[in-house]
Amino acid sequence: MYEWKSHLAENGPLRVRRQPWVCLRLVSLLGLLLLSGCGNNSPAEGQTLTIFAAASLTEAFTELATTFEREAGRVDVQLNFAGSQQLAQQLAQGAPADLFASADKQQMEVAIAAGRIAAEAPRQFAGNRMVIVVPSGNPAAIESLADLARPGVKLVLAGETVPAGRYARQVLEQATADPAFGPAFRQETLANVVSHEQNVRAVLTKVALGEADAGMVYASDVAGQGVMVIEIPDAFNIRGSYLIAPVAGSAQRALARAFVNFTLSPQGQEILAGYGLQPVVEQ
Amino acid sequence: MFLPRRRPTTRSPAGWWILPSLPLALFILLPLAALVWRASPRMVLQHLQDPAVTQAIFLSLRTSVAATVLAALLGTPLAYLLARRHLPGWRLLETLLDLPLVLPPAVAGVALLMAFGRRGIAGIYLANAGLELTFTAVAVVLAQLFVASPFFLRAAMLGFSAVDEELAQAAALDGAGEWALFRHVILPLSRPALLGGAVLSWARALGEFGATIIFAGNLPGRTQTMPLAIYLGFELDLDVALTLSVILLGISFLVLVSVRSLPFEER
Repeated sequence: MYEWKSHLAENGPLRVRRQPWVCLRLVSLLGLLLLSGCGNNSPAEGQTLTIFAAASLTEAFTELATTFEREAGRVDVQLNFAGSQQLAQQLAQGAPADLFASADKQQMEVAIAAGRIAAEAPRQFAGNRMVIVVPSGNPAAIESLADLARPGVKLVLAGETVPAGRYARQVLEQATADPAFGPAFRQETLANVVSHEQNVRAVLTKVALGEADAGMVYASDVAGQGVMVIEIPDAFNIRGSYLIAPVAGSAQRALARAFVNFTLSPQGQEILAGYGLQPVVEQ
Repeated sequence: MFLPRRRPTTRSPAGWWILPSLPLALFILLPLAALVWRASPRMVLQHLQDPAVTQAIFLSLRTSVAATVLAALLGTPLAYLLARRHLPGWRLLETLLDLPLVLPPAVAGVALLMAFGRRGIAGIYLANAGLELTFTAVAVVLAQLFVASPFFLRAAMLGFSAVDEELAQAAALDGAGEWALFRHVILPLSRPALLGGAVLSWARALGEFGATIIFAGNLPGRTQTMPLAIYLGFELDLDVALTLSVILLGISFLVLVSVRSLPFEER
């Protein structure tokens, strides 16, 4: 039982009376925090360009952004990497961004359908192709695309909406049309899938850790990851195209356009190529 | 977690406190209301026929119940030992066992992979014996057990240590052995705490996401629990995510109501 009388006797009345001031101080602290929050928008701070980019662009865009910051000066590029399908959904729900770099056309179209990107805005800036990765030591002895259908192989793919997952399924589809693989190839391979990961980098991690026997990722993903790469023949491979577009209504339109131009410039294309992405020739 | 409810001691009006209390209360209630508002009963009923939804619900129920039973079975002796015997280093052990409560679940997932993954420090032996856990429903249960068992441990320890030492001594004096003491004195007295801990750890297991997606992966029907289906359904079909969210909300609400109605004695 709480005895207020003995509390008063022990601590004196002053302490009790002081309580409202503590409260007031907290309120003024809150006010200060709010004020300082407003301060971030002052023009003296320089400009911030927020880019939503596909997970597979992580290293390439990090270098692209650093170089762009250095050359443009007083610009802070904020990068947000995730599966393109996740970024497209975030844009559709109103997430603030200035640029969207998608790993495929489908997810760019999701953002267009949501009204966040003008239909004619997207430009292709890089290409990619798929490869098979296996962990060091290759526990399931995967030698080629055909081996993925062998019973007992633990295969990890990106989810169906993830561009890399859609491309992987497209590769299986195209191989199934070839009599050498047989009509059941796609189904048998998909039956081996033990996990649908939420982006292509999660696929790579699961394989690099040795948890899965094989996975399908972009050719540009595999540099220095400690995995073995098995090529997919061109006849069955896809030509993935990365698209970039400014987000409609962004306050940083000029800066966004400058970044797109930089990405398409010889210097930008060279940086992308350095990470295994295929440069595009602009018409 | 188990604050005995204090009866109101004053009759002074609440008026002054209402205004500053509103922001947080509204902040918590508004998103919950929005969720229910957006998910019409018709939509929920319609999606309940979707096998992807029912698979996730049943998988979630099966795995979370298994994790809770394991937490209770394995947690009871551990909590008893920690609560009623005191050895040097106990405090440190208690703190370490509490870690999953505060760790981000993603850390739990990575830790489980390092331990029980195919190339993990224990997993490598399991894999050699032909037992691969990653990407299985067992991995889902282990992920849930890891993050949820501290809830049971904490509650059980509180319950066990609240039993009056004199009562235990009296029972021992009357000739009760170690097992009889536990079975007939301590267990009945700490039953509410054990039940409460089990319910809370079940709720935590049901909501587990981060450790599961990292350690168990995501495959509908095998490892895709409700929280995973909500996260991925958000990209595929918002209605599926909303349906599952409302169901989880309902279950969690019932859990909390049942915890609150457990007979906790005020001491």
